Amino acid sequence: MNNSLFGFEINVWLDALARLGLIVGVMTVVAMGLIYGERKILARFQQRIGPQKTGPFGLLQSVADAIKLVGKEDLRPNAADPWTFELAPYFVFIPIFLGFVSLPFLLGVNIRLFDLGLLYFIAVSSVNIVGWIMAGWGSDNRYAMIGGMRAAAQAISYELPLVLSLVTVAMLAGSLNLKDIVEGQGTVPYIAWLPLAFVIFFISTLAEMNRPPFDIPIGESEVVGGPFVEYSGIRWSMFMLGEYASLWILSVLTAAVFLGGYSWPFGEDLGRGYQLVLMAAKSSLYIFVVFWVRASIPRLRIDQLMSYSWKILLPLSLAQVLVVGFVRVYELPDIFLAIEGVFGLIILVSLTGRAVASNRRLPGAARTMRSEAA
Amino acid sequence: MNEANALFSNYLAVLLGVGIGFILIFTALIASRLLAPFSPGRDKGTTYECGMLPLRRASTNVGMRFYLYAILFVIFDVEAIFIFPWAVSFVAVGAFAYWLMVLFIGILALGLGYAWKKGALQWR
Repeated sequence: MNNSLFGFEINVWLDALARLGLIVGVMTVVAMGLIYGERKILARFQQRIGPQKTGPFGLLQSVADAIKLVGKEDLRPNAADPWTFELAPYFVFIPIFLGFVSLPFLLGVNIRLFDLGLLYFIAVSSVNIVGWIMAGWGSDNRYAMIGGMRAAAQAISYELPLVLSLVTVAMLAGSLNLKDIVEGQGTVPYIAWLPLAFVIFFISTLAEMNRPPFDIPIGESEVVGGPFVEYSGIRWSMFMLGEYASLWILSVLTAAVFLGGYSWPFGEDLGRGYQLVLMAAKSSLYIFVVFWVRASIPRLRIDQLMSYSWKILLPLSLAQVLVVGFVRVYELPDIFLAIEGVFGLIILVSLTGRAVASNRRLPGAARTMRSEAA
Repeated sequence: MNEANALFSNYLAVLLGVGIGFILIFTALIASRLLAPFSPGRDKGTTYECGMLPLRRASTNVGMRFYLYAILFVIFDVEAIFIFPWAVSFVAVGAFAYWLMVLFIGILALGLGYAWKKGALQWR
């Protein structure tokens, strides 16, 4: 059983190990770059300069942070459940890391391509909720417990719109293999046919990554960091590494699934260098918009967050599945999909606007408390 | 390379990925244990509660509403599993498969509407 890597015939075990080892190195560098980029971009949004003292333009800031974090004392509270507390970083990081296995970075540059790549990705990427619950439960801390529960509730609620919007992509591509999905977008990327699915997908990924405005599990003004309250030093930074790794994974997945991956525009014949530029530009665009949203939109309350997913995103994505199915099965021209998507977007925006306007009122419990006090 | 070998080679990478992820975190923790200062003290081990001393164990009270959302999630996630094989093959099967899925999603939508009406989707 042999496989070839860079033209050399080598064993499958060594081949998989070499590719995974390579991704570990690249992931560390990319995560450091993302941390630096996030601080610098957020600083520009807030009229600051950001890191500038460590190295040229502050480029070594992430290295300095890493050295500081390794040198910090690793505390564990006496009341904590030792096994759950110690194992939680593994359960958060490993499922995120497994997401790399089926990603199509460039043509022929990937770890493995599964026939069920999209389903594999969805299955693996949601396991890390177990780690969040373990971190919350094991810390034996009120903030951590509430944060862990909130993380789970939020992740399962936004999992459904995320999955259903990816189902519409699978329906258009007729395949779950990510390579086929990318190559099916040679002329038109799926964002043009499925604008509504793309927006729902984008909102759900923000919630899956616990990014603002969906960061109530780790909201520092309510639960002081959520499940990570009791973690310090290198153990805490493992959670952060997982978070930035998942940001990178989701940016590559968005680029591949909705933005045309390496094949749009101009096909796959222009060489690896061109594809690299294309993928880097598309995934950087996604990452930049994520930072932009963080800088612009305030955090949601938990009742707003749950009802937004269950009452707006979920019915819209179910309807989207049915419409895409109708267009595909009766072989109507694809332009109907684009028209439906734009209509759906208008409905989504107007529903969101109504929800924002009505949610200025206090939720029921707080209202009764206030009326009792009055 | 035949089919079974290709499958083995694909999912071998997943198995090795679990191992490598484990080793990555384990080495980081070991490095920290070797490099960082380590001086346990009685007060360092207290639970952090913004400066207050905690009164009793924390991991007791969790709202019932989390459970409701979890139940709803299980229903819809099973539905998602059913949709995936349908999504890649319904064009080949034809209109009958499509209308069956309309029926299926319609029943689910009725359930969602019932939960909505009963107030299960409202955070209280």
